[in-house]
Amino acid sequence: MKKEIFRAAFVCSIPILCSYIFVSIAYGIMMQNAGFPWFASLFVSLTVYTGAFQFVLITFLSSGASLLTVALTAFLMNSRQTFYSLTFLKEFRAMGKRKLYMIHTMTDETYAVNYTLDLPEKEKQDTMFLVAFLSRCYWMIGSVLGGVLGQLLPVELNGIDFCMTALFVIIFIDQWEKTKKHTPALAGLAIGTLCLVLFGQQRFMLPALLGVSGLLVFMQAGGRAHESE
Amino acid sequence: MSLNEFLPPVLLAAAITFFLRALPFLIFHGEKRMPGWLERLGQALPSAIMAVLIVYCLKDAGTDLRGVALPQFLAVGVVAVTYKWKHQTLFSIAAGTLVYMILLANL
Repeated sequence: MKKEIFRAAFVCSIPILCSYIFVSIAYGIMMQNAGFPWFASLFVSLTVYTGAFQFVLITFLSSGASLLTVALTAFLMNSRQTFYSLTFLKEFRAMGKRKLYMIHTMTDETYAVNYTLDLPEKEKQDTMFLVAFLSRCYWMIGSVLGGVLGQLLPVELNGIDFCMTALFVIIFIDQWEKTKKHTPALAGLAIGTLCLVLFGQQRFMLPALLGVSGLLVFMQAGGRAHESE
Repeated sequence: MSLNEFLPPVLLAAAITFFLRALPFLIFHGEKRMPGWLERLGQALPSAIMAVLIVYCLKDAGTDLRGVALPQFLAVGVVAVTYKWKHQTLFSIAAGTLVYMILLANL
């Protein structure tokens, strides 16, 4: 592979570097705080590799959530990746052996960067692969750094887990600004709060996620019926 | 925590995540298109799920009004205001978390 392509791919990946390193360091520190050493963080980052859900998984692991809750939350939080993959059906199929790697490394950020690449086919394939590869490296390096850092820091980092809340609030605002239809977001807040009151802290996630996704499926399917009239 | 408690959830989550990323390659051969309602669901679902997750993050607020609720809601306010103002993800995460940690230690 040519040097220029590597340099170009690295430049494209700099925004990802900045966000991944810091978020994954926070992840590693949170894992360490919850009692999981750096190699546990590395293992999760290596196998699961999905930003926001990895944070939720920490609290699931330490609270001993049921496998069903883990599965459903993973399914609903990461279902957006399915829609990203759709965009790249043709490109990834043309990439031969690299296809599986490209599928595994699809994230919000690599989607955004690779989607905007405007290059001839061969160079685009190499660049997409390198962006995916580099991003995954940043994420794993940060996870390990965070774990080691969390171990070395003498003070107890009480409240560091708030960075997960902050991340979600920011994603929520981003999504809110991108659309005029706020019903899904408001339904999520309402149903989430309602289920919290009804089922309590330990048990409300499953009914809340089921309730909100059921309502949305109902609304969208209803929308289709309405259109075809 | 033992390996028996750690591995099953992690591997399950990894398998589901990979499956979701690979799903379109399993379903769509050639030029087949997604049905419209599924496409709209794909646009509506993420913000609803994120809203539930925010409730999840703030779930302890109801039981401990002074100790947790006040710092949490103030810090969420800091994140929202700074993000609306600058649109700098890292800055808002750092500001909110710092405010939360300080409030938690001092209230």
